[in-house]
Amino acid sequence: MIHENKAFRFFTNLIMIILVCSCVIPFIILVASSFSSEASLAQYGYGLFPKEFSFKAYEYIGGVKSDILHAYLMSFMYTAIGTVVNLVISLLFAYPLSIKDLPGRKVISFFLFFTMLFNGGFVPTYLIYSKIFHINDSFAAMVVPYLLMNPFFVIMIRTYMTTNIPTEVLEAGRIDGAGEGKLLWKVVLPMSKPIIGTVALMTAIAYWNNWTNGIYFLTVRRDLYGIQNYLNQVLSNVQFLATHSAGFVSVDAIPNVSIRMALAVIAVLPVLIAYPFFQRTFVAGITVGSVKG
Amino acid sequence: MKKKKIAIKDIRRFSALYLMLIPGIIYLIINNYMPMAGLVLAFKKVNYQIGIFQSPWTGLSNFKYLFSTKDAAQFFRNTILYNLAFILLGNLLGLVVAISLDSIKKKFFQKASQTVILFPYLLSTVIVSYIVFAMLSGKNGFMNMTILPLFGIDPISWYNQPKYWPVILTITYLWMSFGYSSILYYSTLIGIDKSLYEAAVVDGAGVWAQIKFITIPAMKTTVITLVLMAVGRICYSDFGLFYQVPMNSGMLYSTTQTIDTYVYRGLLELNDIGRSTAAGFLQSILGFICVVTANSVVRKLDEESSLF
Repeated sequence: MIHENKAFRFFTNLIMIILVCSCVIPFIILVASSFSSEASLAQYGYGLFPKEFSFKAYEYIGGVKSDILHAYLMSFMYTAIGTVVNLVISLLFAYPLSIKDLPGRKVISFFLFFTMLFNGGFVPTYLIYSKIFHINDSFAAMVVPYLLMNPFFVIMIRTYMTTNIPTEVLEAGRIDGAGEGKLLWKVVLPMSKPIIGTVALMTAIAYWNNWTNGIYFLTVRRDLYGIQNYLNQVLSNVQFLATHSAGFVSVDAIPNVSIRMALAVIAVLPVLIAYPFFQRTFVAGITVGSVKG
Repeated sequence: MKKKKIAIKDIRRFSALYLMLIPGIIYLIINNYMPMAGLVLAFKKVNYQIGIFQSPWTGLSNFKYLFSTKDAAQFFRNTILYNLAFILLGNLLGLVVAISLDSIKKKFFQKASQTVILFPYLLSTVIVSYIVFAMLSGKNGFMNMTILPLFGIDPISWYNQPKYWPVILTITYLWMSFGYSSILYYSTLIGIDKSLYEAAVVDGAGVWAQIKFITIPAMKTTVITLVLMAVGRICYSDFGLFYQVPMNSGMLYSTTQTIDTYVYRGLLELNDIGRSTAAGFLQSILGFICVVTANSVVRKLDEESSLF
């Protein structure tokens, strides 16, 4: 740590206070507007605290709009299923790559690694998924494209396995007659818990926040929307109304300001509640990820 | 005899390991290698009826068509300039925050700010666009209703005027990402040997001298690595930031269109497949060249930090 003088410390503390406020204030505005009455929002705009307190927005979401709840549940399903399948594929791929005497290991590593350097981009990816695999408007569209396996995470897991699991332990298992599947399940997985936790967390966040697959592939079936796509739909309806004042979209379809903000609060809530518990793992993920795979 | 037995055992062991690789290999083929092959579509006139790969060849006409308007120059310029601004300001801010975090004496404030600054990084772009909308919305946004009146400025219709967006998008990007880069830099910073600072103080070094001669040199490798990695991705942009945050507003294209939003709009909103494939092709090829070049520079400087 730098041995500082008072002026310097005042300056750095000031910077941090400003930045911390810049991170907190938008959330306060979001939450405050979700608890404001519509009339006060129309008069004073978004503010740091509700001018007139109201639970109407949450009552509306809890009561009438079951499609919001539906979208919320869909998001949970995509996140749970996507994360589990991703982990299974990644662990099954990482373990053989960590075995030094496996013939062809270098070739397979390169096969994985090359996808981090070069990719076909959006157009071919979209056309192949939608015109060859006909994935549009299906559950798989929200789980499979882009997110099911991250080469970067696979390399992270492999590196963890090679550095943290002594080959003697595996050799001992083999002499006792354990097959590779059993070794992976009984020995390697329990010893890889920290890295599995980190990858699971990063993957779950990616699925929870994913909305691009929705706008790419869900063209007809709104019932497959997760909460992010639902929010996106609401916001673009608002924008559409603002630019085309003639009512192509019925006003009824657009929740008012406080309801929109309440929706956003609800979408962030799981992350917000869980974050203090997973902060350590998350920071570990960022700093591990920075080191070469 | 014994040798043969071991070999059979090995074959069984290896085949079990190869079996484990199958799901991943299938996924990489579908998700990554087939799209790479799909880059040839840039030289075809794509026709869904015939089948995308059966479509007829058209030579370079997609590229000629792409460069026939001034759109191409615009979105290439936007992509590169935004990335340069993000790289410069993002890393600078990350460094400043890391040094500031390190200098905080109160443990609670230090821990709390580490937690809070990462929070924007966890949000989806949709939520970020809600927050930006709450700030900038014309009728009741926080800027127009609360901040601007303080200075006696009239409300501004942000979503109609392209000139404000380079600033808005840069601030939004910094807000979303500074926690991440700060934590990265901070993790390098706390690894610096404390006795170096003590020795410097004994020699009469002030704060700036300590930063200049100890902190910056110690951070140099991390900074260069992060900058070069970002330069490797200079042809790519965060689709959500440039599409969702400006609310897909057509009036703002002159300052918000990047390669990624252009390709998406061409393919799915305007049904202009030819231009989309051509722009995407250039992005992939240039992207590959940039990544390989940046990486070989990183490898020269510090082999540990290079990707390969």
